[in-house]
Amino acid sequence: MHALEVKDLQVAYDKKAVLEHVNLTIPKGSLTAIVGPNGAGKSTLMKAILGMLKRSSGHISVLGKPYSPKNRNVGYVPQRGSVDWDFPTNSLDVILMGRYAHIGWFKRPSKQDVTLAKEALQKLGMEAYANRQIRQLSGGQQQRVFLARALVQDADVYLMDEPFVGVDAKTENAIIDLLRELQQKGKTVIVVHHDLQTVPEYFDHTLLLNRTVIANGPTELVFTKDLLQKTYGGALAFFTAPDDRISG
Amino acid sequence: MTYEGWILLTACLVGISCGTVGCFLIIRRMTMLADAISHSVLLGIVLTFLIANSLDGMYMLIGAAVIGFVTTFAIQSLHQAGVQEDASIGIVFTTFFAIGVILLSLFAKDVHLDVEHALMGEIAFLPLNTHTLFGFEIPKATSMLLAITAFTLVVILLFYKELKITSFDAALALTLGLPVTLIHYLLMGLVSITAVGSFDAVGAILVVSMLVVPGVCAYLLTDRLSLMLLYSCIFGIASAVFGYYGAAWLDVSISGAMSTAGGILFLFTWIFSPRYGLLQRLTSAVST
Repeated sequence: MHALEVKDLQVAYDKKAVLEHVNLTIPKGSLTAIVGPNGAGKSTLMKAILGMLKRSSGHISVLGKPYSPKNRNVGYVPQRGSVDWDFPTNSLDVILMGRYAHIGWFKRPSKQDVTLAKEALQKLGMEAYANRQIRQLSGGQQQRVFLARALVQDADVYLMDEPFVGVDAKTENAIIDLLRELQQKGKTVIVVHHDLQTVPEYFDHTLLLNRTVIANGPTELVFTKDLLQKTYGGALAFFTAPDDRISG
Repeated sequence: MTYEGWILLTACLVGISCGTVGCFLIIRRMTMLADAISHSVLLGIVLTFLIANSLDGMYMLIGAAVIGFVTTFAIQSLHQAGVQEDASIGIVFTTFFAIGVILLSLFAKDVHLDVEHALMGEIAFLPLNTHTLFGFEIPKATSMLLAITAFTLVVILLFYKELKITSFDAALALTLGLPVTLIHYLLMGLVSITAVGSFDAVGAILVVSMLVVPGVCAYLLTDRLSLMLLYSCIFGIASAVFGYYGAAWLDVSISGAMSTAGGILFLFTWIFSPRYGLLQRLTSAVST
């Protein structure tokens, strides 16, 4: 059984195709990187899978069943810039939002929910910031709050949109430790990733995307110069200079 | 209760209902939508009057809720069709309001509805129009606002979590399986009935200030949404009370004085807020 299966997905903006004939499967328990140039449709792919964008066609299955948010088996970590950090709330409160589906209508978070949220904060080294307004956190700390929130959702498959962008080294280590821990628990983690240098080190499965799937498989088979060249076209010059990391 | 007491109570109810609903518009960065709905409500009222031939509160609430929904929907549709969001708001509500004004001057000349009233409200005369409810003689506008305020507070208490998460992170809410669009329209419905309830008292223009100003003041004082709602109520009530006595003292329009009081309260909060006030920012800039 695959963690995620996408069949013939098409997405168009204003009749212009953004994603065409996307077919892919992601193995259960993998740590998968989605890699491709700017404008390749990486974030679009995630949003289309989750039903946030209208699909022209396509069928999505998660763990063998058609995807529905009601199954609560998919956790999503959006890009950091997608929310309003001036919102009147603090770190602990944001993490508790990950529990809202479990809590249900008309109820307030229980002691157990708060304990879970505090444990998640601690796991990401953020316990000192529980009551901090979220604007007052650094970019890396904000990202860790987002990950802690995903953690308390207790999903089976996680989709994360660029969690490593604009974070400090400490946060990067904290995130990758967390992803590996999730993997050890049998979860599947799919990450839109910008930094080609770290792909082989961090991810065991890789999906190369440029408006359609260029390649999809174990990182050591897919992450080759030829296939990357095919994905990035002429824009791959930077790859030959290991220190010249691209950022978001 | 005294004549004065009814006016004060009505004004405070406007402050509470607008203050709480307004908080959600502020945190969703949608205060312009308050402007749109409060103006479109005029069309709702006139159309309801023409259809039902009555100015009864219940009909008005339904008419307002419907037109609020239509306004929100029209703005969203225009936006999706490629018009900028602020421009779509500008097009929709001015058109709706203008149609309301035309219909009003065409068909409803003889009734208790006129453009000046629609724009400015007339809270001073509200206690004249009473009905008997559970054996009490109570001004119609006050009883309607009581019902609206109670309803609004109950809805916000029941759906607090959902309103909060869809405001902060709609994408997450969607993946959690929450009906994001439905909650959006629920909020717009609350804005619409609050606007129509406050319409008689403070008019279409000043209801915007009652929806926005108390919440913005509260926003400057706290980092908790629950406290923001509470403070916003207090600011709404304070604007009503200061406005009423200010108007009595200077012998000016009550609704105008209420909004002005709100503006002055905002200025003070903006300067002196211990969290995000101007003085606080200046002193912390000097000390670092």
